[in-house]
Formats: sequence, structure tokens, C-alpha cells
Amino acid sequence: MRPASLSELMAVAAAREIRDQDVVFVGVGLPNLAVNLARRTHAPDAQLVYESGVYGARPARQPLSIGDPSLATGAIQVMPMAETFTYFLQGGRIDVGFLGAAQIDRFGNLNTTVIGDYEKPTTRLPGAGGASEISWLARRTVILLPQKRNKFPERLDFRTSVGHHTGGGSREALGSKTAGPSRVITNLGVYGFDASSKEMELHALHPGVTLDEVRAEVGWELRVREPLETTEAPEPETLRLLREELDPKGVILG
Amino acid sequence: MSARLLSMKEAISQYVDDGDVVAAEGFTHLIPFSAGHEIIRQRKKDLILCRLTPDLIYDQMIAAGVARKLIFGWIGNPGVGSLYGIRRAVEKEQPRPLSLEEYSHFGLLSRLKAGASGLPFMHLRDYDGTDLPAVNGSIRTVECPFTGESLAAVPALRPDVAILHAQRADSSGNTQVWGLLGVQKEVAFAAKKVIVVVEEIVSEDVIRADPNRTLVPGLVVDAVVAEPFGAHPSYAQGYYDRDNDFYLGWAQTSRTAASLEAYLDEWVYGVASREEYVEKYEGELERRLKPQPNLSPPVDYGLYT
Repeated sequence: MRPASLSELMAVAAAREIRDQDVVFVGVGLPNLAVNLARRTHAPDAQLVYESGVYGARPARQPLSIGDPSLATGAIQVMPMAETFTYFLQGGRIDVGFLGAAQIDRFGNLNTTVIGDYEKPTTRLPGAGGASEISWLARRTVILLPQKRNKFPERLDFRTSVGHHTGGGSREALGSKTAGPSRVITNLGVYGFDASSKEMELHALHPGVTLDEVRAEVGWELRVREPLETTEAPEPETLRLLREELDPKGVILG
Repeated sequence: MSARLLSMKEAISQYVDDGDVVAAEGFTHLIPFSAGHEIIRQRKKDLILCRLTPDLIYDQMIAAGVARKLIFGWIGNPGVGSLYGIRRAVEKEQPRPLSLEEYSHFGLLSRLKAGASGLPFMHLRDYDGTDLPAVNGSIRTVECPFTGESLAAVPALRPDVAILHAQRADSSGNTQVWGLLGVQKEVAFAAKKVIVVVEEIVSEDVIRADPNRTLVPGLVVDAVVAEPFGAHPSYAQGYYDRDNDFYLGWAQTSRTAASLEAYLDEWVYGVASREEYVEKYEGELERRLKPQPNLSPPVDYGLYT
């Protein structure tokens, strides 16, 4: 069997962030694939929550959108979106939320609103959607994005979702009752956040990736945790699940 | 007061006025495309459009020039990419300028909750430390009188007209929905006028046989329109699937102003009604999008005499 690709490693690393019985606020694409992989391996009782108003979804196909009909069929509960946001998210029932972004800074704050000036943007991005509240209210968040220098800037063009704010105890000082970002996973490696400064630090490189390659794609002086690890390669069975059952057409993993 | 059974042409002409605040809702599911198309055909103008996710329906309406402002939570073609009609309006003011007022999903649905509840605002835990309040003066804070905590506050939103699609209603507008419910209930109770579009009209007995499934009572509905496939290319759970090929193809269709206009000419201006739109597909929608049945067993409400 050919070794895991970088996008497969990203999915596997994301799946490892899910603990059994976690209630997971999930988006489409890679997060959806990661949660399904976790459910098929080490976390059979993880529950999928979609902001479209579904708890305990068990989609029989890869949904293209977070409002796919396969999310309702066979779910435990379908409810008005107001209840998902109010009772599940704001009420503190979400263990982990998955987020993506166009930009991330060293404290895990995210931009999904504009590139450039807000009034005259170079690129108008989709906006907050559910991201600002997921980032603020889920007990912890896992952020997935491709590693590119312009996506890891020194300063965000717009702060759509707050992570560890300006670091240290600043998130808590804003009134947060949740932990904020715990992991950032890219196609090159896996990051955590330093316990006191709350700055992002590289924990592991995916196999075959060098530290120089990562540094070239980060817009600030990157902190590296010692000893720097290598992302553990997935079991053959995990790869088989990904390739043959969960994403057989390569829609997400290419 | 009970709702009136109308054609789409009559409903839009009687209930949607130029300059109105219009919310054609439905989160991925049950998006009222046929109503959007009729608004385009009737060349309404200066509308303020609200939706959590503008989706293709507002991309088409904004490209057709019916709107001057968009109130939203997330602009995009889910799982696909950009909405180019809206981007051209924002970035190049084509075919006319469009102003934006943005929230998150929780923020915008909280505005509708306040509107539906007869309250001036709704408070929520959100936006601390973000740049959103700096670009939207309607996102403010309020102090809890009991704990002293600072909470975000957003003002009530009461659209002039809400338009909803649903699986079925009776002729009085008692509306039943299953599958994803979006913010249909909130927007219906918040709006001053409500148009419900359904796949089928059923008798009141059918509604009364399963009252838990009634999402919106006829009490708040002004007009009922029966239009099978009215939500295509969105979907109606159990009736037809989301036309994902259409959503994927929209990236190309909407890429230039000319190609988007060509679509509108053929599929919106070029047909008189949703019935003609469906006929133009020559049975393809039925063949391609109809799901296998997956019935829910009935529940026993009991007979209490």
C-alpha cells in the first residue's frame, strides 16, 4: 500500500483529536471525513452536530454541504437552528468544534471575512457563518487549514473569530468560559499552544516534511516544541478505510 | 385570519413591494427558488434581502438587480466556492451597488428570535475580541442586570415579507416541515407578511393527524402557493434531492456577468412559471433527484374522548 499522502495525514491527525463520546461540531469536507474516520476506528460513540440543526447525524454519503438531506435521515435529532446554537453551543454541550480559515495568527485567531481593507477588500471571503460562536463557545477547537505563508500572517486582515486573542490570559479576561484552540493541523504538521503564553508551537512534522519547509510558510518567528516529533503514520486499515470507504472518489483527499 | 391560496404571480405581486425587507429563508433545505425567480420576473427593486446564507437564490436575485442591500451571516456556494453575482455587486457595483450588513449565523438568527418574540433585542455570547462590532454598529453589548456580565446584543429584525418553502400545508397555511428546519419558524413569526410555498396542499385532517410536525401555523401565514419542485435546485426532504450538479455547475454559470445573464434569460425570464421551468427539464428532475422512500413509522397520539 502506498504511504499516506499529506492530505491523508491531515485527516488522520484530525481524527486523533476526537475522543470517544465527544460531541463534535463539524463542518463539511475534511472535518466531516475526520469525524467519520474517528467513529470507524477509536471513537465509535462520537456524536456529530451540524449547525444546520442536527444532533447525532449518521450521513450515508459524503455531504457536499452542511445542509445535506443525508444529515437528517437517520439522525438522532433534527431541530431549529436556534436550538443548536442556543442549547448545544451556547449551553456548553459541544466538546470540540472544527474550524477552517483563510488566515490564522500565532494565537489561533481566525479570519474568514476579507483579505485587504474591509471597505475595499482585495477578496471578499464568506464571512463568519457559525465560526465566531464555535470558536468562542465550543469547549475546545481544532483548526484545519493548508499551510501557506499568506495564510499564516503576522497580523490578520480581519479578526472574525477569537482564539487565544493576544495570548496569555487574554481570552479568559474577555470573559471566555472555554479553552479555545487546542490544535492546528496543516498539510505539513501539527501544532499546539504553549500553556502559559498561548502561542502556537509546532509539535510534529508530517513524515518527509522539514522544519525549513514549515518555517518558509509561516509569517512570524515560529516556536518549536522540543523534542519535535514526527506525525505517526496511520495503520494500513485506517488508510484502507479512507481510500475505499470514506472518500472512495477522492473528493476530499484528492 | 386565514391565509389565501394564490398563484406565485399573485402572491409576489400582492405581498412584495419595492424597497421591502425580504427574507426568503431555508438553510440549504427548502430554499424558495421559485419565489425568487418570480421576484426577478416582476422586476422588483431596491429590496433589502436577508438570509443566513445568501446561497444561489440571492446570487441570482442580486445579479438581476432587485436588491440594494444584503443582511447575512455567510456568503458562499456551500462546498463549492464563491457567489460571483454577489461579488460583482460588492467589488464592481455591477449591475448596481450592494451594501452589506454582516453578522454570524447565531447573531442573525438571534435578530429573528427577537423579532418573533416581541423583544427589542436579543443577547448572546459572541463577538468578544472580534472585529465584527467595529464594522457593524448594530452589534453592541449589554450588561446582565443579575451577574454584571457583558453580553453581545443584536436588534430585533422584522422583515416586511418572509418567504418559506415547505413540504405541505393546508389551504389555511398550516405548514408542516420535516428534515432540516433552518430558521423557518423564527422568520415566519418575525415577519409582517408570510408567503408559504409548498410541494403539496393537503386537507386540514392531514395536518391535525400529526400536529407535532406543524412548524408554522396558518395564524401567521398570508398566502399559500402550491408549486412542486419549487425549491429546486435546493431540495425538499423526501420529495427530491439537492441538485448538487447544479450547485457545482453554478461556479461556471455565474463566473461572468454574461453567462449568469444567459442563465436568467433562459431559466427565469424565459419561463412564465415554475410549472414551465419543471416542464423544460422534461422529466429529468424526477428521474435524477427523486430519493428512494424511507418512511417513518406513525406514532400513536391516542384518542381521548
